[in-house]
Amino acid sequence: MKKKLLLPAIILLALLALYIDLPATLQLKFDRWGIHIDQTINRGSINWRIGNGGFVRDLEIKKGVDLAGGADITFQADMNEIAPEDKQKAIQAVRDNIERRINLFGLSEAVVQTSKSGEDYRLIVELAGVSDVSQAVDLIGQTAQLEFRELPAEATEAASFADFIPTGLTGKDLIRSDVEFSQNTAEPEVGLVFNGDGAKKFSEITGRNVGRPLAIFLDEMPVTMPPTVNTQINDGRAVISGKFTLEAAKQLSTQLNAGALPVPVKVIEQRNIGAILGDQSVQRSIRAGLIGLVTVAFFMIVYYGDLGFLAVIALIIYSLLTFALYKLIPVTLTLPGIAGFILSIGMAVDSNILIFERMKEELRMGKPYNIAMELGFGRAWNSIRDANIATLITCFVLFNPFNWSFLNSSGMVRGFALNLALGVLLSLFTGIVVSRTLIRAFSFRRKK
Amino acid sequence: MNWMKLKYFYLLFSALVIFAGLFTLIRFGIKPAIDFTGGSLLELNFKTNDNLGNEQIQNIVKDSGVDIYSVQSSGKNDFLLRMKPIDKNQADKIESDLKEKLNTDIQEVRFETIGPTLGRELLVKTVAGVLLAAVLILSYIAWQFKNTKFGVCAVLAMLHDGLVLVGIFAILGKLAGVEIDSLFVTAMLTILSFSVHDTVVVYDRIRESQKLFPRSSFTDLVNKSITETLNRSLNNSLTVFFMLLALVLLGGVTIKWFAVALLVGIISGTYSSTFTAAPLLVIWNDIQERRKVKK
Repeated sequence: MKKKLLLPAIILLALLALYIDLPATLQLKFDRWGIHIDQTINRGSINWRIGNGGFVRDLEIKKGVDLAGGADITFQADMNEIAPEDKQKAIQAVRDNIERRINLFGLSEAVVQTSKSGEDYRLIVELAGVSDVSQAVDLIGQTAQLEFRELPAEATEAASFADFIPTGLTGKDLIRSDVEFSQNTAEPEVGLVFNGDGAKKFSEITGRNVGRPLAIFLDEMPVTMPPTVNTQINDGRAVISGKFTLEAAKQLSTQLNAGALPVPVKVIEQRNIGAILGDQSVQRSIRAGLIGLVTVAFFMIVYYGDLGFLAVIALIIYSLLTFALYKLIPVTLTLPGIAGFILSIGMAVDSNILIFERMKEELRMGKPYNIAMELGFGRAWNSIRDANIATLITCFVLFNPFNWSFLNSSGMVRGFALNLALGVLLSLFTGIVVSRTLIRAFSFRRKK
Repeated sequence: MNWMKLKYFYLLFSALVIFAGLFTLIRFGIKPAIDFTGGSLLELNFKTNDNLGNEQIQNIVKDSGVDIYSVQSSGKNDFLLRMKPIDKNQADKIESDLKEKLNTDIQEVRFETIGPTLGRELLVKTVAGVLLAAVLILSYIAWQFKNTKFGVCAVLAMLHDGLVLVGIFAILGKLAGVEIDSLFVTAMLTILSFSVHDTVVVYDRIRESQKLFPRSSFTDLVNKSITETLNRSLNNSLTVFFMLLALVLLGGVTIKWFAVALLVGIISGTYSSTFTAAPLLVIWNDIQERRKVKK
């Protein structure tokens, strides 16, 4: 029963993958032999929402910096001034702050990651598709400036953010900020702790501003609606409350920390790739991949005849599935990643070759075709499994999934490892399940 | 076929290739890329029809006050500049100086800079990665075959491929100025796993034959297993070979040497699984048996 369902299931899966693989719009034009086709296919996208989360994919391939052009910058954070227990908070604040600045710049494709190597804290910023980055780098690399501002005495109700003037209280006076929960309402609040100097200044400022708003500016931009001062605060401990969601409270606290825990950053690695180089690389790799695929297909069909043909079909299904997975996960494609994929196509045929060679042996020993096929698949399995586990072990070391600081975690190497591992896993599926089903279903000729 | 008759010849051939590579490696060293040493690389495209000389560019950059190691032409009026680590502002200054003095428009193709600490760190991490992969694979094989002999010989064959690859790249570095970068390391690790992948198939067959024909001599079993797996081994390597050859010939400049490294490794890996891993096993077995007889 089950075996009968397998073939339709595989066909369905392949068609689904084909649909996902389509570009966003596809023009179909065909006008020959009396057939007229002129249609445009619009591929949809995935937008399943469940509560806050959900699964949203635009089904476009994400291109890495080396393919799209752009820059890949590693900053080293100078943590000398930060107490050990605050380091994690500080690096998080720098990260969020850099992300905010990048978004202000309109670079939505940017990826900002933190990494820790030994005692060094680093930030890796990938700006794909940006042509002129030197300006962006300067902006990103600045240390955050946090400032508390008040309204001048003569301000009216209609005052805007532009009317606020500096109070002299800055991020330097702030020790840190934490998310707290109100003892009365259990709602999230943002707590502030000032140092000695800061407490003094804060006391004066709150003293003359009771009932009036006090604004907080980060890099000249207001971080929140100005909270109103309820009473003079002398002990240097303040709480900003309001109808905060937990997310909003965390965000505000992180922004305050960006000013409280100023971490200077400097560029230690930078790669800029011109867009032209990226385009060339994509075109060349695709061409290389296609020509390689055709050669492999030709070889398989010449050498293994109808079996080879079925293996090639399995290989095409393999390519469709892999590409669909890249879009679904989504995998950011880099040049080494493409190389990993191309390599995995060569290795994907291996399971089939192992199986077919086994089949040939069994046939030579005079076994009937059906039995030879099942034996071929069964006996080859051990070799296929052992061989592929060795590759997966290497992928594991290269990908370094647990971010072990004694191993490499560069994006290039990771891209390659991820694609190779995906390729190996998928090829186990297509090389064994798909090709066996195809052979069972279509190889009638020699069944008797 | 009696493959094992020539077992010492195969090992001699491997030894010759490795010796040539290691000799070049020790005599001339390999050329590490800025990934490992730290430094800056600036690739510029000059929009001019004049023929620009490497010297000319090097001198202008020197006048801008930058420590420049080399200028290399990479295509028509496309130049690769290698320097001590500089930042983007210095790179922009070099570009404007060149623009002014050569009176031509310039397009920046790519700019890479890597701090010296980062380079050293990568080197350490790379060695750690190779060692970890080797140990994990060795343990897996030893466990799977319940026999250290197989595990050790598979890892020896794997080291063979690693040495061949490093040696060939030392020679390529001497002849064609090829550099060793982090992609090379990736290629190396991939090749190590491919090598084991291929060896496992041969070993699997030997183990299976041992069970089926317990009375045959070990050498006969190995010969039989090699005959049975050679087709598969060659065919599989050929398919990978086709894919990589396409990548070397048609893929971009950036990954050309990466693909070459994989190609060299695939050839070596295919050779070693049949002509290094299997003979080693036979020699080991012979020694074991001779000892038994003496006792």
